[in-house]
Amino acid sequence: MILFLLDNWQQALILTAEHLLLVAAATAIASLIGIPLGIIISDRQNLAPLVLDMANVLITIPSIALFGLMMPVLAVFNMGLGNVPAVVALILYSQLPIIRNTYTGIKEVDPEVVDSARGLGLSFSEQLREVLIPLSLPVIIAGVRIAVVMNIGILTIGVYIGSDGLGHFIQRGIDQAHREQIMAGALLVALLAILVELIFYRLEHWLKPEGLKAGVEDERS
Amino acid sequence: MLKMRGADEHAGKKQGRQSRFYRRFVLGFILVMLIYGFFSGLFGYMWEERLDLYYLLQQHIYLVGISFTLALLIGLFTGLFLSRGPLEKYQNLIMYFVGLGQTVPSLAVLALSMTFLGVGSRPAVLALTVYSVLPIARNTLAGFNSVPPELIDAGRGLGLSPLQILIHVEIPGAIPVIMAGIRMALVLNIGTAALGALIGAGGLGEQIFTGISFFNFNLILSGALPVALLALAADFFLRMIEEQFNSG
Repeated sequence: MILFLLDNWQQALILTAEHLLLVAAATAIASLIGIPLGIIISDRQNLAPLVLDMANVLITIPSIALFGLMMPVLAVFNMGLGNVPAVVALILYSQLPIIRNTYTGIKEVDPEVVDSARGLGLSFSEQLREVLIPLSLPVIIAGVRIAVVMNIGILTIGVYIGSDGLGHFIQRGIDQAHREQIMAGALLVALLAILVELIFYRLEHWLKPEGLKAGVEDERS
Repeated sequence: MLKMRGADEHAGKKQGRQSRFYRRFVLGFILVMLIYGFFSGLFGYMWEERLDLYYLLQQHIYLVGISFTLALLIGLFTGLFLSRGPLEKYQNLIMYFVGLGQTVPSLAVLALSMTFLGVGSRPAVLALTVYSVLPIARNTLAGFNSVPPELIDAGRGLGLSPLQILIHVEIPGAIPVIMAGIRMALVLNIGTAALGALIGAGGLGEQIFTGISFFNFNLILSGALPVALLALAADFFLRMIEEQFNSG
């Protein structure tokens, strides 16, 4: 496995970069859709079950089946195969963790803090900007982290519909019954997921408001 | 205080409504696919190929059935033994490695299993079992850890034996979390079994992958639709069972 990677380090680098780029693009777009949706449903409670259930149904559909189901739809735009359907599938899968965490993050902000913000006469958008989003940001980022880690794994299956990424090692490994190559692909995917997860943990810690960190320590001592 | 109680009641109602919405979405999805299938000639095609599809469905259910039964046994007992006794000290360490194991993609697990056991259904069953054990064991352990120690102490105070405590106190407390793990694992298993076609295990994935090669939508959908419905149905029924446990 190590020898295979040393022999093919250039290709490994390119595939890893492609993998990372596709996941990053998908998660960025998914966040642009999911976080506003989560904010909207935290304000309009009656929409919450509707949106969350829709995301729940989406995440239940197995990835290869979702690729198959989307293909006739995307083929209308001549995008049935390649990176586009893979990224669309990843965006759909990311919705549940991102929306759910945004929603619960905002819901879990101390009601007294929200009350005092309201008492200061802040409008809902001001409350969001000054109070709700800063306080719930670690939870929202945790949702994005879950989505990214999930997407890194799912994208490996995307090779079968023609997307780029580390799945190529595994696909070729299966075709050639070449264990080294499969293990190299699996190792790189797993390492990528672990690495991204660690980075996000750091980010979550870093984004946690100083007041909250101190508050937790106060309660413990 | 009054306001808090009101909020709780509200949350309770929301919970009830959530599952009703969920049911509507599953039914809506089925309805859309029915309409599409009827007008696109998909159902005509599926009817012509019904014997093949039935055979592949059987293979699929065989893969899922065997691997999931094994995974259930292994996962539940692993979780149970990690939550007590001599292994309790190491549970964090073991769960850390389980977490690392879950970052390996399902496709790679299947592929590696193939390089050891050759092609066919045996490597697929092995891979599916290994892959499903992780969420079940993890949630079983989390479920047992979520039972408040005061309750176990109270059981001991009543003079219950460890087995009685397990049956009457710990299992009822842990079951909602365990059920959630079983549901996740089964949905994952059904989806991963579709990849079994790549290592010669057959199953409905056969239709999907052949269809992608030919870029033939009827072929793809005749595999993708049953797989999606199987996963949704499994999720749906296990959710219903979960609700029974949660309310009762």
